[in-house]
This record gives sequence, structure tokens and C-alpha cells, in this order.
Amino acid sequence: MQEIKSFVNGRVFPVPEFEPLLIPLVLSRVSAGFPSPADDYIETAIDLNKELIRHPFATFFVRASGDSMIDVGIKPNATLIVDRAIETKSGDIVIARIGDDLCVKELFIDDEGKVLLIPKNANYKPIIISEDMDFEIWGKVVCSINRH
Amino acid sequence: MNNAIALLDCNNFYASCERVFNASVKEKPIVVLSNNDGCVIARSEEAKAIGVTMGSPLFKILDLLETHEAEIFSSNYALYGDMSWRVMNLLQNFTPEVEIYSIDEAFLNLEPRKNSLDNLAHSIREKMYKWTGIPVSIGIAETKVLAKIANKRAKKDELREKGILNLYRSDKTEPILKETLVEDIWGIGYRSTLKLKANNILTAWQLRETDNRFIRRLLTVVGARVALELRGIKCLPFEQVTTKKHSITCSRSFGQTITNYESIKEAVLYFLTRAGEKMRKHNLAANAVTVFISTDRFRPVPEPYTNSATYSSTYPTDSNQELQEWTLQTLERIYKKGFEYRKAGIILSGLVLKEKLTKRMFDDEHFQQQHQLMKAIDEINQKFGKDTVRFGCVKTEGSWKMKQTRKSQSYTTNWNEILVVN
Repeated sequence: MQEIKSFVNGRVFPVPEFEPLLIPLVLSRVSAGFPSPADDYIETAIDLNKELIRHPFATFFVRASGDSMIDVGIKPNATLIVDRAIETKSGDIVIARIGDDLCVKELFIDDEGKVLLIPKNANYKPIIISEDMDFEIWGKVVCSINRH
Repeated sequence: MNNAIALLDCNNFYASCERVFNASVKEKPIVVLSNNDGCVIARSEEAKAIGVTMGSPLFKILDLLETHEAEIFSSNYALYGDMSWRVMNLLQNFTPEVEIYSIDEAFLNLEPRKNSLDNLAHSIREKMYKWTGIPVSIGIAETKVLAKIANKRAKKDELREKGILNLYRSDKTEPILKETLVEDIWGIGYRSTLKLKANNILTAWQLRETDNRFIRRLLTVVGARVALELRGIKCLPFEQVTTKKHSITCSRSFGQTITNYESIKEAVLYFLTRAGEKMRKHNLAANAVTVFISTDRFRPVPEPYTNSATYSSTYPTDSNQELQEWTLQTLERIYKKGFEYRKAGIILSGLVLKEKLTKRMFDDEHFQQQHQLMKAIDEINQKFGKDTVRFGCVKTEGSWKMKQTRKSQSYTTNWNEILVVN
């Protein structure tokens, strides 16, 4: 640690725990109109909601059961953050509805517009979506949380 | 002043909420039951089609529902409330002027630009479904009463698919009003309908065309306002602030019938505690308490008995202790021995903002202390759970606790109940 001393009237005072770098920061803030010094800390606080959820009114939490998506890191019981507002495209991890079932898979659309739902686990087979299937994209998985 | 009013209404809202998370009920008839699984309070289109009527007691329609493989749900207000929050907040993205009228309806105040109303309604509807999964219908017109009529019509027949009807400065208004019966007009109640019919005024169009002085004599100023609104003249204010509560009700059917006074008293005081909490949360105080009790509507024993009474006071209060005294005095007036009660409830009314309370001539200090005490109790209960601290005479939910055997999961409000997918 750097030792800082100052001279006042010829006497030497040790300045305890003083970080000189703070000084210009404080000065600049004063000229900006006296915001609370605590603002710095508030701004830099980490908010997971803000970080992970772009559209709060369209975002739902879903739990994945099974290991069909293990290769993209979705372990059994992972919590998925699903955003319905985002337009999905080929390559996205999605929640899809086929008939009565909801599932999590990778959406794949080939050059001819054929739609497949691909599990990310070699033990499972892709699902080919045919014209006559009752199929709907429910939302896009934007994040998955595994507990360790 | 010439703004257009839109009414957005979520289609079969409770049934639609269930469908967002449960794909297997997507095409089945759905009914949602009242608190305590008593009677039908919401139906999907399919349930309407098989002849389930609003308010039918479950035991009377069980066979019908089974025949058609209908799905039966207990009401899940945590889910419906959360979905409503999403819908209402999303609406604010389209216009800041939103009046939330009920859990599934909102009025919008829109500036009409050429051709833009239809487009706007279309994009609201599309976005609402994409973001929340809830289908909505939108009616647009010059006034609230007309917007209600447009909305109702937008749900019907050839318009159902599109879900939008714009009657703003439209020549379709006249034919539609001619098809609308007076009893289907928002603001025209049962008695007004009888009076209008007796005067041979049967449709909304006839009401609109009748001399307003006559309507005023027949239905008072309230009915005259509706008639003016039918003519496209705004009489009902657009109220963005909906926190202006006029009364707070807490009532429930009991899981089993209750006969003795002590149990009824317990139940009523429990309702009072809940209503009191809600009232204080909104910073209000009440002038009056209404207590009501009733035998089973469908199977009264030994015969039907329903009664209610109100205690009103000069000084509004927010103290549960004071409210309890009022409540018990009132309950004693209406309780009769020998009946099997199925339902009870309390209503706090004459609500005023606490800041506007006048000082009491006597005993003001005591009132202020009470006020502080209630605040402390509410805070503790909020932090540590319902009824951590309660008055000695209030029991927690007992034998009259709600029966909710068919409730879906709280998909959006409880980590342990979120949607599971494969």
C-alpha cells in the first residue's frame, strides 16, 4: 500500500486509508449537482431480473424434465426462462406445442421451409412437423439455469 | 373530446389462462368454478355450446360435463391475477390512457387517425396473443357504452375470427344498435329494462331515438346518460386511477354448512381481518360494515334464509378492533338459530382516504394508537405470513375453509408449481 502523508503547518500527519483516486470522482459529481454518493453503488448493483428478462410481461419460467436437451446444457430439472415476445428462427431453443404436449427442443427450419424439432441428445430422434400437425411455437428459451 | 374509446376484453379469460399452460384442454369444454367449487363462474366457448349456463351449480351439470369430457377447474386467482397483470401492463405500451375496468377488461382512450384505429386494434390483438397467450376482442366507438356493444358484437358470428369491430364514425352503428336489445346495453339493469319494455322501447336504437327528457323521467339521470352515450356523446368519465375503491368485500361459501353462532362468528371475523388488511393497504378507512349470511342457494335447510345488515358510524375507522365491534353487533341482529348457513361475508363501505379523516372530537388519541397498532400487525403478517399476529377472537381458517379440489397449478407465481416440459 502506498503511504500518503500531508504537510500542514510543517507537521506531518498520516492520512489513514485514503484513496487519492476518489478525489476527482467526487469533484466531478459535485459539479453535476449533488447526487447521493450511494448512487454509484445502486447503479452497479447486479440485478438478475434485469440481466435475464427483456420482456417481463411475456416471460415465463418453465422446468425441463428429462435429458433430451443435455447437449446444450439443459440438465433434468433445469429452470428455463422463456420469452414469448421474441420472434423465433431456425437454431433457437424453443418451447413448442404439438397437440396436447409442450416440449423443449431446438427449432430447425430447412431451406424448403420444412420444420423439425431436434432433441439435443443422440438417444432421441428429431420430430418432423408435418402440415397436418397441430403445432405452435409457445416461446423462445432465452436462458437455462442448472443448480449445482 | 373526439377521441375514440376502445374496450378490450379477454375472451373467456379464466378458461384462456388455463389453456396457456395446459395444452391438453385446448379444444375441450372448460368450466371454472366459484370459490368452494360451488357453481360455474366461467366457461370456454365449447362449454357454452354444450349448454352450460353461468351460475349453474356443479352437482346439477356433472353428468352433462362428463358426457362431453369437459374439464373442470377450481378458480385459480393467483394465475388469473398474474395473467391480468401482464395483459394490462402490455396495453400501456400502445397507449398511456388505459382504464382497467375489471380483471379482464380495459377501456383505452385512443386518438383517431385515419384508418389507424383498425390497424392499432389489430396489432394490439396480435401482440397480446403472442406475448401472453390470451386471445382478446376489441370494440371501438365514440363512447364507452357504444364500445361495449361493439365489443360484444366482435365476439360473435362472422367477426369472431377477427375479434375486432370498429364502430367509430361508422355507418354500421345503426344496424347494430337496431339488433341490440335494451337488456344487453351496459348500464341498463333489470328494472330499467322492464320500464323500457313497458314503453315499447326494445332496442338500443329505439332508446337512442327517444326524447331524452322522457328517458330522464323514466330512468332518472343514470338512464339518460346511457341514452346520450348511445348517441355518441361522452357522459361516462374515463377513469385512469382505479384505486378509488368504493367498497371492499370478503365473502365465501363454506366447505360445509354451519349452524352454530360461534362458527359463523369465527368466519365473519376472519373475513373482516382479510378485508381490513386490504383496506389499510389502500390507505383507506371505512364508515360502515355490512354483514350478510345465507343458507345454501340450491339446497336450503330447513328453508331459505338470507339476511344482511349494516352498521354505520359517524367516524370512519381503520382499526380492526373497532370494526370487530361493529361487525359482531350487526351479526347478532341477523343471525337466526336453526338454519344451516352456507355463505357469509362482510362489506366495508363508505371508504375514505385516511389522510382526509377529520379529527375525532373525543378519544382521538386512542384512535391514533389503534391506527399505529393495526399498521404494525399488518406489517408483521405480511412479513411472516397470514395470521402470525391476530386478535384473540379470530381463528384461522377452520371448517369453513375453501374447497378447491380442482385447482390448476400456480404456474406463474410459485416456483414449485411452474410449467414442466419434456
